[in-house]
Amino acid sequence: MPLIQIRNLARRYVMGLDTVHALRGVSLDIERGEYVAIMGPSGSGKSTLMNLLGCLDSPSEGSYELNGKNVARMSDNELAEIRNREIGFVFQSFNLLPRSDALHNVELPLIYAGMARSTRRDQARQALANVGLQERMTHRPNELSGGQRQRVAVARALVNSPSIILADEPTGNLDSRTGTEILNLFEQLSQRGNTIIVVTHEEEVAQHARRIIRIRDGLIAADEMTERGRASGSRTSPPDEAGTTTAQPVLTSPPIIAS
Amino acid sequence: MTLFDDICESSAIAWSSVRANKLRSGLTTLGVVIGIVTVTMMGTAINGINSAFRKSISSMGADVLYIGRFPWMAFEDWRTFRNRKEFSLADALQVERELKSAVAVAPQCDGNGTVVYNRRRATGVWINGNTDQSLTIRGLALSEGRWFTPSDVASARPVCVLGSYLADGFFPQESPLGKRIRVEDRSYEVIGVIEKQGSFLGSWNQDNQVVIPVTRFQSDQQMRPDYVIAIKASDPSQLQETIEEVRSILRRIRKVPPGKPDDFAINQQDVFVQFFLAFGGTIGLVGLFITGLSLIVGGIGIMNIMFVSVTERTKEIGIRKALGAKKRSILTQFLIEAATITLGAGLLAIGIAWPATIAINRYTAFAAEMSWWIVAVALTVSVLTGIVAGFIPALRAARMDPVDALRSE
Repeated sequence: MPLIQIRNLARRYVMGLDTVHALRGVSLDIERGEYVAIMGPSGSGKSTLMNLLGCLDSPSEGSYELNGKNVARMSDNELAEIRNREIGFVFQSFNLLPRSDALHNVELPLIYAGMARSTRRDQARQALANVGLQERMTHRPNELSGGQRQRVAVARALVNSPSIILADEPTGNLDSRTGTEILNLFEQLSQRGNTIIVVTHEEEVAQHARRIIRIRDGLIAADEMTERGRASGSRTSPPDEAGTTTAQPVLTSPPIIAS
Repeated sequence: MTLFDDICESSAIAWSSVRANKLRSGLTTLGVVIGIVTVTMMGTAINGINSAFRKSISSMGADVLYIGRFPWMAFEDWRTFRNRKEFSLADALQVERELKSAVAVAPQCDGNGTVVYNRRRATGVWINGNTDQSLTIRGLALSEGRWFTPSDVASARPVCVLGSYLADGFFPQESPLGKRIRVEDRSYEVIGVIEKQGSFLGSWNQDNQVVIPVTRFQSDQQMRPDYVIAIKASDPSQLQETIEEVRSILRRIRKVPPGKPDDFAINQQDVFVQFFLAFGGTIGLVGLFITGLSLIVGGIGIMNIMFVSVTERTKEIGIRKALGAKKRSILTQFLIEAATITLGAGLLAIGIAWPATIAINRYTAFAAEMSWWIVAVALTVSVLTGIVAGFIPALRAARMDPVDALRSE
């Protein structure tokens, strides 16, 4: 049973008298532990697909099973719970709460999960330490660099141990060096067995994944393995196997850009 | 997410958003502050009037009957009472002799006049004619000197007891005892001073009084005063029996034929209290309603600012929803934010109203009284204002679509 199983997923928007078919029937399986990039030009429907995958939106048609649960027909509150438990978001513009410090930002999903204060503090500290920000916990977003902000966002996405990390143009607002830093972080997370879906329009970014799904006009135009994917031999890379490929600390490793 | 977490989280957010927009929050809060201050001041005024009334009325005593020609509360023609036969001192003496269920009986009368000491002069003074028994009946206490003795009354001595207002006014530096003052151009020696009683509803100053023996009142002030016979019952629980006994004695004295109605009235403070409670209660409600309107205006201000706040923070709402906030969490967040602002306003308002009440008591004749229940009600009302005013904006926030909210800048 794949982690994500999508069948004939369609999403229409009614705009006045027009109906826009943003997604026209997409079928897709994603296994646990995969590192997938979703690509497409603007207007292709990739954002719509991301919103559906992230349970931020419900499809007009089709089915979507996430971790064995049919989420296509869930109510808003049920979807909120699924997002809280199953999905960790990383956004292009970081989307941190500007008036809260890093620790509180990371704590947020745990607050909404109803976790006790002391446990969630510990867990949030641990998550920040995992992305190398143990020294920046009490800093507010405007006191952090772009790369640090995105790492806070990654820590927030991971703190609840979700099934999927869903990243929307995670390097879009970063310079190339810090962008690489974040991609290396994703690489490390993938090798630890996390399922990662990156939505991007940058080929460079997409090449970090094992698999690329190309969307065009609301349909899947191509679903292919990247060089890395072929190198690792399978879609999924078990954690123990992955450990051998990265001997050096991921956050400081030089960029590996597939040609 | 538990409600407690909601409250902690939301209060922190509320506080930081209030701090981030100091001027705006301050101005909005001002509306609610004014509303709560006016309502609170109205409350203290009503409270003050009520307790002043109770205090004044209790000096009449629950177990005291006042027998006279006029009933206190009547809706018949005044002339029917005016033509009734007046009471005399002899009537009072006879009642005193025959009545068994009373501890004190005293004929009393009063009037208005001018009191002079040296060059000082007080006008509109309440001149009371009392007997030695009146001290008990009227429930008065003396701060200085003594009350009348039976012989003061029997021999109509020119002595007087002053209310504290007159005593302070005439004798600021010295003791009034033994001094001679002139009441309506007759000379009296001061033998005592009544303890301060306070004014009634800021208008009728009970301390502006002078008490002289009732016998002296008749010879000096008025030949035929309209006497009221004050009777203090020995057992307050048997008041009804005492009333019946008084009635039968009076009917006999005044020769009222059987079958005819009484040609006198037996008054009790009770009717006063009931009248006041009905009347004062209505006035209080109307007052609270009118001042409450200012609170509604303040509430509309809060609603407005909450709409602005929700619109400004659409992105934040989107983030919170993406991270798993349910509708309820967003709703409570904004409700608590609104309630926090108005609670702050309420605390501020009480901070203003409390000293204001003290100042009113000290520097004006009005009685205002702050009490803990007013504080509790004011704070509850301010929180409720926030919740009611914040509800629609909070609902709008809770119902936002996460995709749209995240997309906004």
